[in-house]
Amino acid sequence: MIKENRIVLKNLGLIDPERIDDYISAGGYESFKKALRMEPDEIIDEIIESGLRGRGGAGFSTGLKERFTSEACLACENRYIICNADEGEPGTFKDRIIMENDPHMYLEGMMIAALAIQATRGYIYIRGEYYRSIERTQKALEDMRSRNILGDNILGTGMSFDIEIKRGAGSYLCGEELTLIESLEGKRGYPRIKPPFPAEKGLWGFPTLMNNVESFACIPPIISNGSMWYSSLGTKTSPGTKIFTISGPVRKPGFYEVELGVTLRGLIFDLAGGMVEGKKFKAAVLGGAAGTFVDESLLDEPLGFDEMKEKGATLGSGAIIVMDETMSIWEMLNSILRFFEHESCGKCIPCRIGSKHLLKLMQEVKNSKNGKGLLTGNLVAQAEIMARTSLCPLGQSHILPIRSAVQYFPEVK
Amino acid sequence: MDIHKIMSGYTPGMENILNILHDLQDAHPMNYLPEHTLREVARYLNTTLSSVYGVIGYYTMLSTKPRARHIIRVCQSPVCHLMGTNTVVEALRKHLGVGLNEPTPDGLFWVELSECTGTCEVAPAIMIDREIYGDLSENAIGNIISMIREKSGKVKKEAGH
Repeated sequence: MIKENRIVLKNLGLIDPERIDDYISAGGYESFKKALRMEPDEIIDEIIESGLRGRGGAGFSTGLKERFTSEACLACENRYIICNADEGEPGTFKDRIIMENDPHMYLEGMMIAALAIQATRGYIYIRGEYYRSIERTQKALEDMRSRNILGDNILGTGMSFDIEIKRGAGSYLCGEELTLIESLEGKRGYPRIKPPFPAEKGLWGFPTLMNNVESFACIPPIISNGSMWYSSLGTKTSPGTKIFTISGPVRKPGFYEVELGVTLRGLIFDLAGGMVEGKKFKAAVLGGAAGTFVDESLLDEPLGFDEMKEKGATLGSGAIIVMDETMSIWEMLNSILRFFEHESCGKCIPCRIGSKHLLKLMQEVKNSKNGKGLLTGNLVAQAEIMARTSLCPLGQSHILPIRSAVQYFPEVK
Repeated sequence: MDIHKIMSGYTPGMENILNILHDLQDAHPMNYLPEHTLREVARYLNTTLSSVYGVIGYYTMLSTKPRARHIIRVCQSPVCHLMGTNTVVEALRKHLGVGLNEPTPDGLFWVELSECTGTCEVAPAIMIDREIYGDLSENAIGNIISMIREKSGKVKKEAGH
Protein backbone atom coordinates (compact mmCIF):
# COMPACT_ATOMS: atom_id res chain seq x y z
CA MET A 1 0.00 0.00 0.00
CA ILE A 2 1.63 3.24 -1.06
CA LYS A 3 1.19 6.50 0.77
CA GLU A 4 1.04 10.12 -0.23
CA ASN A 5 4.01 12.30 0.68
CA ARG A 6 2.69 15.82 0.73
CA ILE A 7 5.43 18.40 0.37
CA VAL A 8 3.96 20.88 -2.11
CA LEU A 9 0.49 20.22 -0.68
CA LYS A 10 1.63 20.08 2.96
CA ASN A 11 -0.76 22.82 4.02
CA LEU A 12 -3.73 21.58 2.03
CA GLY A 13 -6.86 21.49 4.14
CA LEU A 14 -4.94 22.70 7.19
CA ILE A 15 -4.89 26.41 6.43
CA ASP A 16 -7.32 28.97 5.09
CA PRO A 17 -5.95 29.81 1.62
CA GLU A 18 -7.21 33.38 1.96
CA ARG A 19 -5.34 34.08 5.20
CA ILE A 20 -1.66 34.90 4.91
CA ASP A 21 -1.32 34.55 8.70
CA ASP A 22 -2.25 30.88 8.44
CA TYR A 23 0.47 30.39 5.85
CA ILE A 24 3.02 32.26 7.95
CA SER A 25 2.20 30.28 11.09
CA ALA A 26 2.76 27.10 9.10
CA GLY A 27 6.33 28.30 8.47
CA GLY A 28 5.49 30.26 5.33
CA TYR A 29 7.94 32.84 3.91
CA GLU A 30 10.79 31.48 6.07
CA SER A 31 12.39 30.07 2.91
CA PHE A 32 12.08 33.44 1.22
CA LYS A 33 13.74 35.11 4.22
CA LYS A 34 16.51 32.53 4.08
CA ALA A 35 16.93 33.18 0.35
CA LEU A 36 17.21 36.92 1.04
CA ARG A 37 20.39 36.13 3.01
CA MET A 38 21.81 34.01 0.18
CA GLU A 39 23.69 35.07 -2.96
CA PRO A 40 21.58 34.66 -6.13
CA ASP A 41 24.04 32.10 -7.46
CA GLU A 42 23.82 30.09 -4.26
CA ILE A 43 20.05 29.85 -4.65
CA ILE A 44 20.42 28.66 -8.25
CA ASP A 45 23.08 26.10 -7.26
CA GLU A 46 20.79 24.74 -4.59
CA ILE A 47 17.95 24.30 -7.06
CA ILE A 48 20.20 22.74 -9.71
CA GLU A 49 21.59 20.29 -7.15
CA SER A 50 18.13 19.34 -5.98
CA GLY A 51 17.56 17.90 -9.45
CA LEU A 52 14.11 19.51 -9.69
CA ARG A 53 12.68 19.08 -13.18
CA GLY A 54 9.94 21.27 -14.64
CA ARG A 55 6.52 20.09 -13.55
CA GLY A 56 4.66 21.54 -16.54
CA GLY A 57 5.41 18.44 -18.56
CA ALA A 58 8.72 18.92 -20.36
CA GLY A 59 10.86 17.98 -17.35
CA PHE A 60 13.75 20.34 -18.03
CA SER A 61 15.99 21.26 -15.08
CA THR A 62 14.36 24.17 -13.25
CA GLY A 63 17.70 25.33 -11.84
CA LEU A 64 19.42 25.37 -15.23
CA LYS A 65 16.60 27.46 -16.65
CA GLU A 66 17.29 29.94 -13.84
CA ARG A 67 21.01 29.93 -14.56
CA PHE A 68 20.49 30.55 -18.29
CA THR A 69 18.11 33.42 -17.56
CA SER A 70 20.35 35.00 -14.95
CA GLU A 71 23.36 34.89 -17.27
CA ALA A 72 21.57 36.18 -20.41
CA CYS A 73 22.05 39.78 -21.54
CA LEU A 74 23.65 41.26 -18.42
CA ALA A 75 23.26 44.75 -19.90
CA CYS A 76 19.48 44.41 -20.21
CA GLU A 77 17.52 46.76 -17.94
CA ASN A 78 14.66 44.29 -17.55
CA ARG A 79 14.57 40.65 -16.56
CA TYR A 80 11.16 39.03 -16.19
CA ILE A 81 9.73 36.10 -14.37
CA ILE A 82 6.49 34.48 -15.49
CA CYS A 83 4.46 31.83 -13.79
CA ASN A 84 2.73 29.60 -16.30
CA ALA A 85 -0.68 28.95 -14.75
CA ASP A 86 -2.41 28.31 -18.07
CA GLU A 87 -3.18 24.74 -17.14
CA GLY A 88 -5.15 23.30 -20.04
CA GLU A 89 -3.84 19.82 -20.70
CA PRO A 90 -6.87 17.52 -20.56
CA GLY A 91 -6.81 15.39 -17.42
CA THR A 92 -4.57 17.86 -15.57
CA PHE A 93 -5.70 19.98 -12.62
CA LYS A 94 -2.77 20.00 -10.19
CA ASP A 95 -2.02 23.72 -10.58
CA ARG A 96 -5.64 24.57 -9.83
CA ILE A 97 -5.40 22.52 -6.62
CA ILE A 98 -2.29 24.47 -5.56
CA MET A 99 -3.68 27.89 -6.48
CA GLU A 100 -7.06 27.29 -4.85
CA ASN A 101 -5.76 25.71 -1.67
CA ASP A 102 -2.41 27.28 -0.90
CA PRO A 103 -1.56 30.14 -3.26
CA HIS A 104 1.26 31.47 -1.08
CA MET A 105 3.24 28.26 -1.61
CA TYR A 106 3.82 28.89 -5.30
CA LEU A 107 4.07 32.64 -4.84
CA GLU A 108 6.86 32.18 -2.28
CA GLY A 109 8.66 29.93 -4.76
CA MET A 110 8.22 32.58 -7.42
CA MET A 111 9.67 35.23 -5.06
CA ILE A 112 12.73 33.05 -4.40
CA ALA A 113 13.24 32.47 -8.13
CA ALA A 114 12.85 36.22 -8.70
CA LEU A 115 15.65 36.82 -6.21
CA ALA A 116 17.79 34.17 -7.89
CA ILE A 117 17.56 35.72 -11.34
CA GLN A 118 17.29 39.33 -10.08
CA ALA A 119 13.96 39.78 -11.81
CA THR A 120 12.56 43.27 -12.25
CA ARG A 121 8.90 42.26 -12.57
CA GLY A 122 6.72 39.18 -12.38
CA TYR A 123 3.58 38.03 -14.16
CA ILE A 124 1.23 35.16 -13.53
CA TYR A 125 -0.66 34.05 -16.63
CA ILE A 126 -3.73 32.18 -15.37
CA ARG A 127 -6.24 30.59 -17.71
CA GLY A 128 -9.45 32.60 -17.83
CA GLU A 129 -11.68 29.74 -16.73
CA TYR A 130 -9.88 29.39 -13.39
CA TYR A 131 -11.90 32.05 -11.58
CA ARG A 132 -11.20 30.78 -8.08
CA SER A 133 -7.46 30.47 -8.74
CA ILE A 134 -7.45 34.05 -10.00
CA GLU A 135 -9.35 35.34 -6.95
CA ARG A 136 -7.19 33.44 -4.46
CA THR A 137 -3.98 34.55 -6.12
CA GLN A 138 -5.22 38.15 -6.25
CA LYS A 139 -6.03 38.07 -2.54
CA ALA A 140 -2.64 36.49 -1.75
CA LEU A 141 -0.79 39.20 -3.70
CA GLU A 142 -2.69 41.95 -1.85
CA ASP A 143 -1.83 40.37 1.50
CA MET A 144 1.82 40.05 0.49
CA ARG A 145 1.89 43.76 -0.34
CA SER A 146 0.31 44.65 2.98
CA ARG A 147 3.02 42.61 4.74
CA ASN A 148 5.77 44.19 2.66
CA ILE A 149 6.71 40.82 1.16
CA LEU A 150 5.92 42.37 -2.21
CA GLY A 151 6.36 45.95 -3.41
CA ASP A 152 9.02 48.51 -2.59
CA ASN A 153 11.92 47.86 -0.21
CA ILE A 154 10.77 44.33 0.60
CA LEU A 155 11.28 43.51 4.30
CA GLY A 156 13.74 46.39 4.51
CA THR A 157 16.24 44.77 2.13
CA GLY A 158 16.05 47.36 -0.63
CA MET A 159 14.60 44.81 -3.05
CA SER A 160 11.66 46.16 -5.04
CA PHE A 161 9.55 43.75 -7.00
CA ASP A 162 5.93 43.29 -7.93
CA ILE A 163 3.76 40.64 -9.59
CA GLU A 164 0.60 41.04 -11.63
CA ILE A 165 -2.01 38.63 -12.92
CA LYS A 166 -2.82 38.27 -16.59
CA ARG A 167 -5.89 36.31 -17.54
CA GLY A 168 -5.92 33.92 -20.48
CA ALA A 169 -9.09 33.73 -22.53
CA GLY A 170 -9.55 30.17 -23.71
CA SER A 171 -6.62 28.78 -25.66
CA TYR A 172 -4.74 25.54 -24.97
CA LEU A 173 -1.82 26.67 -27.07
CA CYS A 174 -1.16 29.69 -24.83
CA GLY A 175 0.22 27.24 -22.28
CA GLU A 176 3.20 26.81 -24.62
CA GLU A 177 5.85 29.18 -23.28
CA LEU A 178 6.55 31.38 -26.28
CA THR A 179 2.88 31.50 -27.26
CA LEU A 180 2.05 32.50 -23.70
CA ILE A 181 4.47 35.40 -24.03
CA GLU A 182 2.79 36.54 -27.27
CA SER A 183 -0.59 36.38 -25.54
CA LEU A 184 0.72 38.21 -22.48
CA GLU A 185 1.96 40.97 -24.78
CA GLY A 186 -1.63 41.35 -26.00
CA LYS A 187 -1.48 39.51 -29.29
CA ARG A 188 -3.15 36.50 -30.87
CA GLY A 189 -1.63 33.35 -29.46
CA TYR A 190 0.69 32.39 -32.28
CA PRO A 191 3.88 30.52 -31.33
CA ARG A 192 7.29 32.01 -31.97
CA ILE A 193 10.13 30.14 -33.60
CA LYS A 194 12.66 28.86 -31.08
CA PRO A 195 15.48 29.36 -30.41
CA PRO A 196 15.76 31.98 -29.03
CA PHE A 197 14.29 30.53 -25.84
CA PRO A 198 12.62 32.83 -23.30
CA ALA A 199 15.75 32.76 -21.12
CA GLU A 200 17.49 34.70 -23.86
CA LYS A 201 14.67 36.65 -25.53
CA GLY A 202 11.33 36.39 -23.83
CA LEU A 203 8.78 38.98 -22.82
CA TRP A 204 9.28 42.14 -24.95
CA GLY A 205 12.62 40.64 -25.99
CA PHE A 206 14.09 40.57 -22.49
CA PRO A 207 15.49 37.56 -20.62
CA THR A 208 12.54 35.75 -19.06
CA LEU A 209 12.26 32.84 -16.68
CA MET A 210 9.08 30.85 -17.06
CA ASN A 211 8.08 28.05 -14.73
CA ASN A 212 4.95 26.10 -14.05
CA VAL A 213 2.93 26.67 -10.83
CA GLU A 214 3.93 23.29 -9.38
CA SER A 215 7.63 23.87 -10.17
CA PHE A 216 7.56 27.15 -8.25
CA ALA A 217 5.73 25.47 -5.37
CA CYS A 218 8.59 22.95 -5.06
CA ILE A 219 11.14 25.70 -4.39
CA PRO A 220 10.32 26.79 -0.78
CA PRO A 221 10.75 23.25 0.62
CA ILE A 222 14.02 22.85 -1.32
CA ILE A 223 15.41 26.09 0.11
CA SER A 224 14.37 25.26 3.68
CA ASN A 225 15.41 21.61 3.74
CA GLY A 226 18.26 21.66 1.25
CA SER A 227 18.94 20.04 -2.09
CA MET A 228 20.32 16.86 -0.50
CA TRP A 229 17.00 16.22 1.20
CA TYR A 230 15.04 16.85 -1.98
CA SER A 231 17.19 14.71 -4.22
CA SER A 232 16.88 11.82 -1.77
CA LEU A 233 13.17 11.69 -2.62
CA GLY A 234 11.86 10.07 -5.77
CA THR A 235 14.18 8.42 -8.29
CA LYS A 236 17.74 9.25 -9.26
CA THR A 237 16.86 11.08 -12.46
CA SER A 238 13.42 12.27 -11.38
CA PRO A 239 13.79 13.42 -7.79
CA GLY A 240 11.11 14.79 -5.53
CA THR A 241 7.38 14.42 -5.39
CA LYS A 242 4.80 14.99 -8.09
CA ILE A 243 1.10 15.70 -7.98
CA PHE A 244 -0.74 13.18 -10.14
CA THR A 245 -4.31 13.82 -11.18
CA ILE A 246 -6.40 10.71 -11.78
CA SER A 247 -9.68 10.74 -13.67
CA GLY A 248 -11.98 8.26 -15.32
CA PRO A 249 -13.89 5.27 -13.89
CA VAL A 250 -11.91 4.83 -10.66
CA ARG A 251 -13.43 4.85 -7.16
CA LYS A 252 -11.64 7.96 -5.92
CA PRO A 253 -10.65 10.22 -8.80
CA GLY A 254 -8.62 13.21 -7.67
CA PHE A 255 -5.11 14.47 -6.96
CA TYR A 256 -2.35 12.60 -5.17
CA GLU A 257 1.12 13.86 -4.29
CA VAL A 258 3.60 11.02 -4.21
CA GLU A 259 7.33 10.49 -4.65
CA LEU A 260 8.32 9.88 -8.26
CA GLY A 261 9.15 6.26 -8.96
CA VAL A 262 5.67 5.27 -7.81
CA THR A 263 3.86 2.78 -10.04
CA LEU A 264 0.61 3.25 -11.90
CA ARG A 265 -0.76 0.29 -9.98
CA GLY A 266 -0.04 2.05 -6.70
CA LEU A 267 -1.71 5.24 -7.90
CA ILE A 268 -4.75 3.70 -9.53
CA PHE A 269 -5.43 0.71 -7.28
CA ASP A 270 -4.15 1.91 -3.88
CA LEU A 271 -4.66 5.66 -3.79
CA ALA A 272 -7.54 6.05 -6.24
CA GLY A 273 -9.28 2.97 -4.82
CA GLY A 274 -9.20 0.90 -8.00
CA MET A 275 -11.79 0.65 -10.72
CA VAL A 276 -15.44 1.38 -9.99
CA GLU A 277 -17.57 -1.66 -9.20
CA GLY A 278 -17.62 -4.24 -11.93
CA LYS A 279 -15.23 -2.44 -14.32
CA LYS A 280 -11.92 -3.80 -15.51
CA PHE A 281 -8.80 -1.72 -16.17
CA LYS A 282 -8.04 -1.44 -19.86
CA ALA A 283 -5.78 1.54 -20.44
CA ALA A 284 -4.45 4.78 -19.06
CA VAL A 285 -3.57 7.91 -20.95
CA LEU A 286 -0.52 9.45 -19.28
CA GLY A 287 0.19 13.17 -19.56
CA GLY A 288 -3.11 14.25 -21.13
CA ALA A 289 -3.91 14.76 -24.81
CA ALA A 290 -0.25 15.42 -25.60
CA GLY A 291 0.45 12.16 -23.81
CA THR A 292 0.53 8.44 -24.40
CA PHE A 293 -1.69 5.40 -24.08
CA VAL A 294 -0.36 2.55 -21.96
CA ASP A 295 -1.82 -0.86 -21.15
CA GLU A 296 -1.58 -3.06 -18.07
CA SER A 297 1.96 -4.16 -18.95
CA LEU A 298 3.15 -0.79 -17.64
CA LEU A 299 1.25 -0.91 -14.35
CA ASP A 300 4.33 -1.92 -12.38
CA GLU A 301 6.93 0.32 -14.02
CA PRO A 302 8.28 3.20 -11.91
CA LEU A 303 6.94 6.57 -13.04
CA GLY A 304 9.72 9.00 -13.88
CA PHE A 305 10.54 11.26 -16.81
CA ASP A 306 13.25 9.02 -18.30
CA GLU A 307 11.77 5.72 -17.13
CA MET A 308 8.58 6.40 -19.09
CA LYS A 309 10.41 7.67 -22.15
CA GLU A 310 12.23 4.34 -22.41
CA LYS A 311 8.87 2.61 -22.71
CA GLY A 312 7.59 4.96 -25.40
CA ALA A 313 5.41 6.69 -22.83
CA THR A 314 5.41 10.10 -21.13
CA LEU A 315 5.05 11.40 -17.62
CA GLY A 316 4.06 14.85 -18.84
CA SER A 317 1.96 16.96 -16.53
CA GLY A 318 1.05 14.02 -14.28
CA ALA A 319 -2.39 13.42 -15.75
CA ILE A 320 -3.62 9.84 -15.59
CA ILE A 321 -6.83 9.22 -17.51
CA VAL A 322 -8.08 5.74 -16.74
CA MET A 323 -10.18 3.74 -19.18
CA ASP A 324 -12.19 0.58 -18.54
CA GLU A 325 -12.83 -2.35 -20.85
CA THR A 326 -16.09 -0.88 -22.15
CA MET A 327 -14.35 2.22 -23.46
CA SER A 328 -12.96 2.38 -26.96
CA ILE A 329 -9.36 3.36 -27.67
CA TRP A 330 -10.45 4.60 -31.10
CA GLU A 331 -13.08 6.86 -29.49
CA MET A 332 -10.53 8.29 -27.04
CA LEU A 333 -7.91 8.84 -29.73
CA ASN A 334 -10.52 10.48 -31.91
CA SER A 335 -11.50 12.79 -29.05
CA ILE A 336 -7.85 13.72 -28.53
CA LEU A 337 -7.34 14.45 -32.23
CA ARG A 338 -10.54 16.50 -32.31
CA PHE A 339 -9.18 18.49 -29.38
CA PHE A 340 -5.90 19.18 -31.22
CA GLU A 341 -7.78 20.14 -34.36
CA HIS A 342 -9.79 22.65 -32.34
CA GLU A 343 -6.70 24.10 -30.65
CA SER A 344 -4.41 24.23 -33.68
CA CYS A 345 -3.76 27.94 -34.21
CA GLY A 346 -3.32 27.84 -37.97
CA LYS A 347 0.01 29.63 -38.11
CA CYS A 348 1.95 26.76 -39.67
CA ILE A 349 0.60 24.61 -42.47
CA PRO A 350 1.62 21.12 -41.26
CA CYS A 351 -0.43 21.49 -38.10
CA ARG A 352 -3.31 23.46 -39.61
CA ILE A 353 -3.95 20.96 -42.40
CA GLY A 354 -2.47 17.91 -40.69
CA SER A 355 -4.81 18.18 -37.68
CA LYS A 356 -7.85 18.03 -39.98
CA HIS A 357 -6.34 15.35 -42.14
CA LEU A 358 -5.68 13.03 -39.20
CA LEU A 359 -9.33 13.29 -38.12
CA LYS A 360 -10.39 12.30 -41.62
CA LEU A 361 -8.02 9.32 -41.53
CA MET A 362 -9.51 8.29 -38.19
CA GLN A 363 -12.95 8.10 -39.83
CA GLU A 364 -11.50 5.96 -42.58
CA VAL A 365 -9.94 3.64 -40.01
CA LYS A 366 -13.32 3.32 -38.29
CA ASN A 367 -15.24 2.59 -41.48
CA SER A 368 -12.73 0.20 -42.91
CA LYS A 369 -13.71 -3.46 -42.89
CA ASN A 370 -10.27 -4.67 -43.88
CA GLY A 371 -7.00 -2.98 -44.62
CA LYS A 372 -7.14 -1.24 -41.22
CA GLY A 373 -3.43 -1.95 -40.71
CA LEU A 374 -2.53 0.00 -43.82
CA LEU A 375 -4.65 2.95 -42.68
CA THR A 376 -3.19 3.09 -39.17
CA GLY A 377 0.27 2.85 -40.72
CA ASN A 378 -0.66 5.88 -42.77
CA LEU A 379 -1.97 7.66 -39.66
CA VAL A 380 1.35 7.14 -37.89
CA ALA A 381 3.33 8.21 -40.96
CA GLN A 382 1.32 11.42 -41.39
CA ALA A 383 1.61 12.30 -37.71
CA GLU A 384 5.37 11.74 -37.94
CA ILE A 385 5.62 14.20 -40.80
CA MET A 386 3.67 16.71 -38.72
CA ALA A 387 5.99 16.16 -35.76
CA ARG A 388 9.02 16.85 -37.94
CA THR A 389 7.66 19.88 -39.72
CA SER A 390 5.35 21.72 -37.31
CA LEU A 391 6.47 24.96 -35.75
CA CYS A 392 5.54 24.35 -32.13
CA PRO A 393 4.92 21.51 -29.67
CA LEU A 394 1.21 21.31 -30.55
CA GLY A 395 1.77 19.94 -34.04
CA GLN A 396 4.53 17.74 -32.64
CA SER A 397 2.17 16.15 -30.12
CA HIS A 398 -0.31 14.24 -32.30
CA ILE A 399 2.20 11.47 -32.82
CA LEU A 400 2.43 10.67 -29.09
CA PRO A 401 -1.09 9.31 -28.52
CA ILE A 402 -1.26 7.83 -32.03
CA ARG A 403 1.97 5.88 -31.89
CA SER A 404 1.36 4.60 -28.36
CA ALA A 405 -2.23 3.58 -29.13
CA VAL A 406 -0.99 1.54 -32.07
CA GLN A 407 1.92 0.16 -30.03
CA TYR A 408 -0.12 -1.02 -27.05
CA PHE A 409 -3.55 -1.78 -28.50
CA PRO A 410 -3.78 -4.15 -31.43
CA GLU A 411 -7.51 -3.31 -31.72
CA VAL A 412 -6.54 0.02 -33.25
CA LYS A 413 -4.73 -1.74 -36.09
CA MET B 1 -21.95 49.91 -17.42
CA ASP B 2 -19.21 52.47 -17.35
CA ILE B 3 -16.71 51.40 -19.99
CA HIS B 4 -14.20 54.07 -19.06
CA LYS B 5 -14.30 53.30 -15.37
CA ILE B 6 -13.53 49.64 -16.12
CA MET B 7 -10.70 50.47 -18.52
CA SER B 8 -9.12 52.99 -16.19
CA GLY B 9 -8.36 50.13 -13.78
CA TYR B 10 -5.56 49.23 -16.20
CA THR B 11 -2.75 51.20 -17.77
CA PRO B 12 -3.38 51.75 -21.50
CA GLY B 13 -0.99 49.10 -22.85
CA MET B 14 -1.70 46.16 -25.16
CA GLU B 15 -0.54 43.77 -22.42
CA ASN B 16 -3.77 44.65 -20.59
CA ILE B 17 -6.12 43.95 -23.48
CA LEU B 18 -7.29 40.52 -22.31
CA ASN B 19 -7.91 41.67 -18.74
CA ILE B 20 -9.86 44.69 -20.05
CA LEU B 21 -11.92 42.63 -22.51
CA HIS B 22 -12.75 40.07 -19.81
CA ASP B 23 -13.94 42.78 -17.42
CA LEU B 24 -16.03 44.50 -20.08
CA GLN B 25 -17.61 41.26 -21.24
CA ASP B 26 -18.37 40.17 -17.65
CA ALA B 27 -20.04 43.52 -17.00
CA HIS B 28 -22.35 43.22 -20.02
CA PRO B 29 -25.69 41.58 -19.19
CA MET B 30 -25.54 39.62 -22.43
CA ASN B 31 -21.94 38.49 -21.90
CA TYR B 32 -20.47 39.93 -25.06
CA LEU B 33 -18.41 42.77 -26.48
CA PRO B 34 -20.42 45.16 -28.68
CA GLU B 35 -18.71 47.15 -31.40
CA HIS B 36 -19.18 50.53 -29.73
CA THR B 37 -17.37 49.18 -26.65
CA LEU B 38 -14.54 47.86 -28.78
CA ARG B 39 -14.14 51.26 -30.47
CA GLU B 40 -13.54 52.71 -27.01
CA VAL B 41 -11.06 49.93 -26.20
CA ALA B 42 -9.16 50.62 -29.42
CA ARG B 43 -9.02 54.33 -28.60
CA TYR B 44 -7.90 53.67 -25.02
CA LEU B 45 -5.13 51.27 -26.11
CA ASN B 46 -4.16 53.51 -29.00
CA THR B 47 -4.65 50.78 -31.54
CA THR B 48 -7.04 50.01 -34.41
CA LEU B 49 -10.48 48.48 -34.13
CA SER B 50 -9.39 45.68 -36.45
CA SER B 51 -6.51 44.70 -34.22
CA VAL B 52 -8.86 44.53 -31.23
CA TYR B 53 -11.13 42.24 -33.29
CA GLY B 54 -8.04 40.30 -34.31
CA VAL B 55 -7.22 39.53 -30.69
CA ILE B 56 -10.81 38.64 -29.77
CA GLY B 57 -11.16 36.32 -32.75
CA TYR B 58 -8.40 34.12 -31.41
CA TYR B 59 -9.78 33.49 -27.93
CA THR B 60 -12.78 31.25 -27.36
CA MET B 61 -13.92 32.90 -24.12
CA LEU B 62 -14.55 36.24 -25.83
CA SER B 63 -17.65 36.89 -27.91
CA THR B 64 -18.66 39.71 -30.27
CA LYS B 65 -22.19 38.32 -30.53
CA PRO B 66 -24.84 38.72 -27.85
CA ARG B 67 -25.18 35.58 -25.74
CA ALA B 68 -27.28 35.44 -22.55
CA ARG B 69 -27.22 36.26 -18.84
CA HIS B 70 -25.68 32.91 -17.86
CA ILE B 71 -23.07 31.11 -19.94
CA ILE B 72 -23.04 27.34 -19.64
CA ARG B 73 -19.76 25.84 -20.81
CA VAL B 74 -19.96 22.12 -21.43
CA CYS B 75 -16.56 20.48 -21.31
CA GLN B 76 -16.03 18.27 -24.36
CA SER B 77 -12.38 17.37 -23.79
CA PRO B 78 -11.30 13.72 -23.71
CA VAL B 79 -12.08 12.95 -20.05
CA CYS B 80 -15.55 14.50 -20.05
CA HIS B 81 -16.20 13.10 -23.51
CA LEU B 82 -15.40 9.63 -22.16
CA MET B 83 -17.59 10.15 -19.10
CA GLY B 84 -20.59 11.58 -20.94
CA THR B 85 -20.46 15.00 -22.64
CA ASN B 86 -23.18 13.87 -25.07
CA THR B 87 -25.53 12.96 -22.23
CA VAL B 88 -24.95 16.38 -20.69
CA VAL B 89 -25.68 18.22 -23.94
CA GLU B 90 -28.88 16.19 -24.43
CA ALA B 91 -30.01 16.82 -20.85
CA LEU B 92 -29.44 20.55 -21.28
CA ARG B 93 -31.37 20.52 -24.54
CA LYS B 94 -34.25 18.80 -22.74
CA HIS B 95 -34.30 21.19 -19.77
CA LEU B 96 -33.65 24.40 -21.68
CA GLY B 97 -35.31 23.69 -25.00
CA VAL B 98 -32.32 25.00 -26.95
CA GLY B 99 -29.25 23.48 -28.50
CA LEU B 100 -25.72 24.81 -28.65
CA ASN B 101 -24.84 28.43 -29.31
CA GLU B 102 -28.30 29.92 -29.05
CA PRO B 103 -29.95 31.77 -26.17
CA THR B 104 -33.03 30.47 -24.37
CA PRO B 105 -36.10 32.59 -25.30
CA ASP B 106 -36.00 34.32 -21.88
CA GLY B 107 -32.39 35.34 -22.50
CA LEU B 108 -31.24 33.56 -19.36
CA PHE B 109 -29.03 30.75 -20.69
CA TRP B 110 -26.60 30.13 -23.48
CA VAL B 111 -24.93 26.75 -23.90
CA GLU B 112 -21.58 26.34 -25.60
CA LEU B 113 -18.94 23.64 -25.77
CA SER B 114 -15.57 24.30 -24.18
CA GLU B 115 -12.28 22.49 -23.90
CA CYS B 116 -10.92 21.02 -20.66
CA THR B 117 -12.05 23.04 -17.64
CA GLY B 118 -9.49 21.31 -15.41
CA THR B 119 -12.12 19.58 -13.29
CA CYS B 120 -11.64 16.07 -14.61
CA GLU B 121 -12.06 14.49 -11.17
CA VAL B 122 -15.78 15.29 -11.40
CA ALA B 123 -16.28 14.54 -15.10
CA PRO B 124 -18.59 15.07 -16.86
CA ALA B 125 -18.56 18.70 -15.79
CA ILE B 126 -20.01 22.02 -16.85
CA MET B 127 -19.23 25.56 -15.87
CA ILE B 128 -22.06 28.01 -15.32
CA ASP B 129 -20.57 31.50 -15.22
CA ARG B 130 -17.86 31.10 -12.55
CA GLU B 131 -19.05 27.90 -10.90
CA ILE B 132 -18.22 24.30 -11.70
CA TYR B 133 -20.86 21.56 -11.52
CA GLY B 134 -19.59 18.01 -11.80
CA ASP B 135 -20.50 14.32 -11.61
CA LEU B 136 -23.54 15.26 -13.67
CA SER B 137 -26.60 13.18 -14.35
CA GLU B 138 -29.72 14.24 -16.21
CA ASN B 139 -31.56 14.84 -12.93
CA ALA B 140 -28.72 16.84 -11.44
CA ILE B 141 -28.74 19.10 -14.48
CA GLY B 142 -32.47 19.68 -14.13
CA ASN B 143 -32.02 20.68 -10.49
CA ILE B 144 -29.15 23.05 -11.22
CA ILE B 145 -31.11 24.80 -13.97
CA SER B 146 -34.21 25.20 -11.75
CA MET B 147 -32.06 26.56 -8.93
CA ILE B 148 -30.53 29.24 -11.16
CA ARG B 149 -33.91 30.11 -12.72
CA GLU B 150 -35.40 30.52 -9.26
CA LYS B 151 -32.51 32.69 -8.10
CA SER B 152 -32.69 35.04 -11.07
CA GLY B 153 -36.50 35.22 -10.66
CA LYS B 154 -35.94 36.46 -7.12
CA VAL B 155 -33.35 39.00 -8.23
CA LYS B 156 -35.81 40.36 -10.81
CA LYS B 157 -38.60 40.58 -8.24
CA GLU B 158 -36.39 42.39 -5.75
CA ALA B 159 -35.20 44.80 -8.42
CA GLY B 160 -38.83 45.51 -9.27
CA HIS B 161 -39.70 46.64 -5.74
